[in-house]
Amino acid sequence: MTGKTILEVKKLTATVAGVEILKGIDLTVRAGEVHAIMGPNGSGKSTLAKVLAGHPAYVVTSGDVLFEGSNLFDLAPPERARAGLFLGFQYPIEVPGVSNSAFLRLAYNTVQGARGNDELDPLEFDDYIQDKLKLLEMDPAFLERSVNEGFSGGEKKRNEILQMAILEPKLAILDEADSGLDIDALRIVAGGVNKLRSENNALILVTHYQRLLNYIVPDFVHVIEAGRIIKTGGKELALQLEDRGYDWVAEEYRAKAA
Amino acid sequence: MSSAALQNLVNQPYKHGFVTDIEADVTPKGLNEETIRAISHKKDEPEWLLEFRLQAYRHWLTMAEPTWPNVKYPKIDFQDISYYSAPKPKKLASMDEVDPELIRTFEKLGVPLHEQKALAGVAVDVIFDSVSVATTYKARLAEVGVIFCSMSEAVRDHPELVRKYLGSVVPPADNFYAALNSAVFTDGSFCYIPKGVTCPMELSTYFRINTQDSGQFERTLIVAEEGSYVSYLEGCTAPKFDTNQLHAAVVELVTLDNAEIKYSTVQNWYAGDHNGVGGIYNFVTKRGLCRGVNSKISWTQVETGSAITWKYPSCVLLGDNSIGEFYSVALTNHHQQADTGTKMVHVGKNTRSTIISKGISAGVSNNSYRGLVKIGAKAQGARNFSQCDSMLIGDKCGANTFPYIQVNNSSATVEHEASTSKIGEDQLFYFAQRGVGAEEAISMIINGFCKDVFTQLPMEFAVEATKLLGLKLEGSVG
Repeated sequence: MTGKTILEVKKLTATVAGVEILKGIDLTVRAGEVHAIMGPNGSGKSTLAKVLAGHPAYVVTSGDVLFEGSNLFDLAPPERARAGLFLGFQYPIEVPGVSNSAFLRLAYNTVQGARGNDELDPLEFDDYIQDKLKLLEMDPAFLERSVNEGFSGGEKKRNEILQMAILEPKLAILDEADSGLDIDALRIVAGGVNKLRSENNALILVTHYQRLLNYIVPDFVHVIEAGRIIKTGGKELALQLEDRGYDWVAEEYRAKAA
Repeated sequence: MSSAALQNLVNQPYKHGFVTDIEADVTPKGLNEETIRAISHKKDEPEWLLEFRLQAYRHWLTMAEPTWPNVKYPKIDFQDISYYSAPKPKKLASMDEVDPELIRTFEKLGVPLHEQKALAGVAVDVIFDSVSVATTYKARLAEVGVIFCSMSEAVRDHPELVRKYLGSVVPPADNFYAALNSAVFTDGSFCYIPKGVTCPMELSTYFRINTQDSGQFERTLIVAEEGSYVSYLEGCTAPKFDTNQLHAAVVELVTLDNAEIKYSTVQNWYAGDHNGVGGIYNFVTKRGLCRGVNSKISWTQVETGSAITWKYPSCVLLGDNSIGEFYSVALTNHHQQADTGTKMVHVGKNTRSTIISKGISAGVSNNSYRGLVKIGAKAQGARNFSQCDSMLIGDKCGANTFPYIQVNNSSATVEHEASTSKIGEDQLFYFAQRGVGAEEAISMIINGFCKDVFTQLPMEFAVEATKLLGLKLEGSVG
């Protein structure tokens, strides 16, 4: 089964504060696929996620990215979100004084409204979101709290997946979705993500550790180092990395290049 | 600076229009005892009020303009101002002559056309709605004995009340601008709530049509007798223009036993253009005196306008168990400067005060909170809680907090919390990644930041204030 291509990254390079972090990334993601991007700290994993979503601190210096066949960089960051690109944040931002429900509803109305769906008033939205809350085993009281303020690590991550659930992206990039989660929270987050998968959407998991991949099984595992993807394999590659670390991959890559 | 330049400065007209004739009968510029006698005579005032003015003037002569506020502006020539029968704001012939940006703002705020004209200084024939509203209004207030009229009317019709309370909270010699105001005030509002009466509606200067030109030296006095309650609204969210650059108002509130006054302000005077040219200097003295036991005065302000704001709505808590509150949002953008805050002076036993101040700075503006909490020697068990939060938008603006705390009674409890935050690219990126553009994101972040103050505003004011802050910050982030 080969799905339609959602994302095509070609020879992408990018800098932050004048330092080149991405040095030529190639990556193709098709509908229905799960890709894991792994690598040591500072290898460029999170940078790739932020560049795709359009963080203003990162400058694309060369290469192309096609999102459903169109140039992704023609779209401003909010337009990318409306077009169906979702980034689950490693460190979600706190917004004191703004209720989570108001924030979620604004996001829903902006993104779903742009796709021609009806905007929901607060009561309609309250009805709508109940099922999504159940998906992540979240208490409705959660909606009345300020966005991410005073949330535990697990609550913040669940809130990210809740946003993914209501925005229904074609491509979700989850940056360290498992960091700071205990085993129960990990199961809930992963369970929620799995229920949101379909033949029409795709997932990129940026992670340090193999353990998330026990719950969300990837079709491809990519190892990124010094701004390049140096090895791609199946789910078994993640297990090897867990076992042996990253050094052997780098050595193998350098030997091949020499 | 040359005197011609000063004249331009003080009487800077709004940049568009003002081409029609100036109304006649302009008194010469300048201030001396003769000017004050002339003002008092023209208003047909009683002798005691003339004395009040003259004493204030004589004291004013001995005072120096305060230089301690954290604001900068060229020196004002007080002899270059017309203090009475100043040229009436020159009327524009039609809306076509009004700054299109202003009209756009009105439209976004949903201001009806006839009000737009009044606010922009366009000639209006008759405002039917306001006339009828005001009439119904007066009848309902008269039924319960509430007096709500212009200060001039009050001096004529209720001289004993005015004489008893005028200057009792802000003495004529209180400060430089209060003294000036006491000498030359032209009009303002007077409000009296009799014993035991809960005012049946929120009082608003907006509906009090007979004092439209109360001018640059406005005087307000509100007295709440024992067990009474009133909520008073000042200003409106629509931008307001005036040809007079200097505004020095005085507001005095008095509550007797078990009485409460809730005073809400939305201030959006012309702030000058984006380069900091023009704009109102708003140098205001506002103070409330909780004279009676268990009485309460609550100030809520949303300050978004004026080139310079210099204002400290304060409470003197004289009666035992009396309560003072100050809830403030002060927003500055472009070249605006604000030095605002409050003073809570605890005199009586078990007096309580709360200060919640939210300062927002954008552009190249400067925003300072300045507050004093003073606990007197006899204020057994007094309590204060202060929270002063600042938010910065961009990296060229400034925020300062100057809290002064003086405690002379060891049984008192004083708490002060402060924070500074910044709307940065990471927050905006988070919103952007959820499909939300920068302006909507800022608006939501700011409204969350100001929530504790907005909940104190009357409902319709709160909705308007929310919209207003969004408008004021348009374009402030790249």
